[in-house]
Amino acid sequence: MSWFRRRTPVAPLDYGRRLWMRAWIAAVALFLYAPLLVLIVFSFNDSRANIVWKGFTFKYYGKVFHNEGLLTALGNSLTIALLATIFSLILGALAAVLLWRFRFPFKASVEGTMALPIVVPEICMGVAMLVFFAAIDWPNDLVWPLSLGAITIAHITFCFPFVALVVRARLASFNREEEEAAKDLGATEWQSFRDVLLPHMKPGLVAGALLSFTLSLDDFVITFFTSGPNTITFPVKVYSMVRFSVTPEVNAVSALLILLTVVLTTVALKLQDVSAEAKA
Amino acid sequence: MQDWKRQPGFFAAIAAAPVTWLILFFIVPLAIVWAYSFGRNTGLTSIDISGTFANYSRALEPLYFEIFLKSVAVAALTTLICLIVGFPVAMAIAFAPPRWKPWLLLLVMLPFWTNLLIRTYALLSVLGTRGFVNQTLEWLWNHCGWLMSAVGLPEPGPFQPLPLLYNNFAVIFGLVYVHLPFMVLPLYAALDRLDKSLIEASLDLGAGHWTTITRIVAPLAAPGIISGLIITFVPALGSYLTPELMGGTDSQMIANVIERQFKRANDWPFGAALSFMLMYATFILIALQALRNKTIEARS
Repeated sequence: MSWFRRRTPVAPLDYGRRLWMRAWIAAVALFLYAPLLVLIVFSFNDSRANIVWKGFTFKYYGKVFHNEGLLTALGNSLTIALLATIFSLILGALAAVLLWRFRFPFKASVEGTMALPIVVPEICMGVAMLVFFAAIDWPNDLVWPLSLGAITIAHITFCFPFVALVVRARLASFNREEEEAAKDLGATEWQSFRDVLLPHMKPGLVAGALLSFTLSLDDFVITFFTSGPNTITFPVKVYSMVRFSVTPEVNAVSALLILLTVVLTTVALKLQDVSAEAKA
Repeated sequence: MQDWKRQPGFFAAIAAAPVTWLILFFIVPLAIVWAYSFGRNTGLTSIDISGTFANYSRALEPLYFEIFLKSVAVAALTTLICLIVGFPVAMAIAFAPPRWKPWLLLLVMLPFWTNLLIRTYALLSVLGTRGFVNQTLEWLWNHCGWLMSAVGLPEPGPFQPLPLLYNNFAVIFGLVYVHLPFMVLPLYAALDRLDKSLIEASLDLGAGHWTTITRIVAPLAAPGIISGLIITFVPALGSYLTPELMGGTDSQMIANVIERQFKRANDWPFGAALSFMLMYATFILIALQALRNKTIEARS
């Protein structure tokens, strides 16, 4: 591809081929990616100080995999994200079908309230969860998976409205005649839901699942208010490490999480490709 | 769309779980915070909800109200910078050849999907006094000193690292870094829907690119620009992590004050009042946006 030699003259609307536009995009890309690249590169730096390149090493990755607290936190985060995703999918799909299919009294207020967890500032949500679990005397000495209950509940609350939003957007393209045809041919309500509506919802559900998994895994502020000493999640742990010092170990952890993000994004894009091909 | 009365059983089966969840784990917690905002501390852990407005009047005292105004100003400046930086990017993506579009969008989306904490941490290590930016500047300073003497100016003194962290500049820089994708995506969505022939007509009729952008593109994309402004402003106003990690003592935002009331200061009623001030500000903005959309719909 020729970047500098133009084969055809630049059309008036070809903004992407103008030099100043390219320079701007390059500058923004540098702004967005340079800090992350520096972080990844220095995770391989063989020096405690984070500034001068001393040599290549994997030792900080080794340290990460021997850091008990960090691994526990990662396990907690993945467990919470998985549980929150499953529950958010169910609740979000039900909410989407409810709002898409039925006319009922106070529908506008239910719809508005459903969108609230998306717009309420994170800090207010975190505070509300802290106050709520204190007010109902939520026990904080439960055994392991149950001890994550409070955080999981908080995560489901802010994840499922996103699932509802995505699934409902998908439902808008559903042809109701398909469902009516299924019922005419003798399908029960449940059968037509399972065999006609659900397959149509699937791309929305996949997108919603990825969205809630990422949201849950990333959340710091709300978790910060609901987590106790025995229920540290990955972002909360990284936060306490960052607070103390800027070390190559934190760089290594961050690089691993960036890698996870890239993998998840690739999977999401692949899945979208597959579903687009299936449609075509 | 069917009326719920036609299938009340099915309706109830679908509605029960999400509505109950929303009431129990969202409305009730917020209601408790709201009630606390009218209460006062009577002991270490007990709060008496007496219906007092003392917390709100304290929130309006200059000390706290100034922080609130400052948060608004910081969020507004962040939003403005995001608009200036993001608009050309959104234009370039919207007018890019179709096979490039997904990749350019991915370029903007990938940092957006990356953990907020990690992005903030990356900035910390780049902007610090011994960070990458200052290292580069120091190298330039030390190696370009001869340039100064070459043109007859005195030799520069030793390099002073720029204070790029723990001040207001750092907070705004960090907020722009984090919120730029929030601005680019709605702008792109609006610009992509534009009727391109209108822009071509404007250019054909002799208007320059700048005139076309300000007089044709911007007014047509106004709904997208406004939703971009709100989508960026709202989370920027309530941001906690960026001012906490990158700000100095004088760059606290409202969320940091709220956090302190609930953790260190242990004054829950006052924290509750501050949270609700932030919520009201958010709601007013979103209501204005909704109202605007309604009037536009009504007109067309």
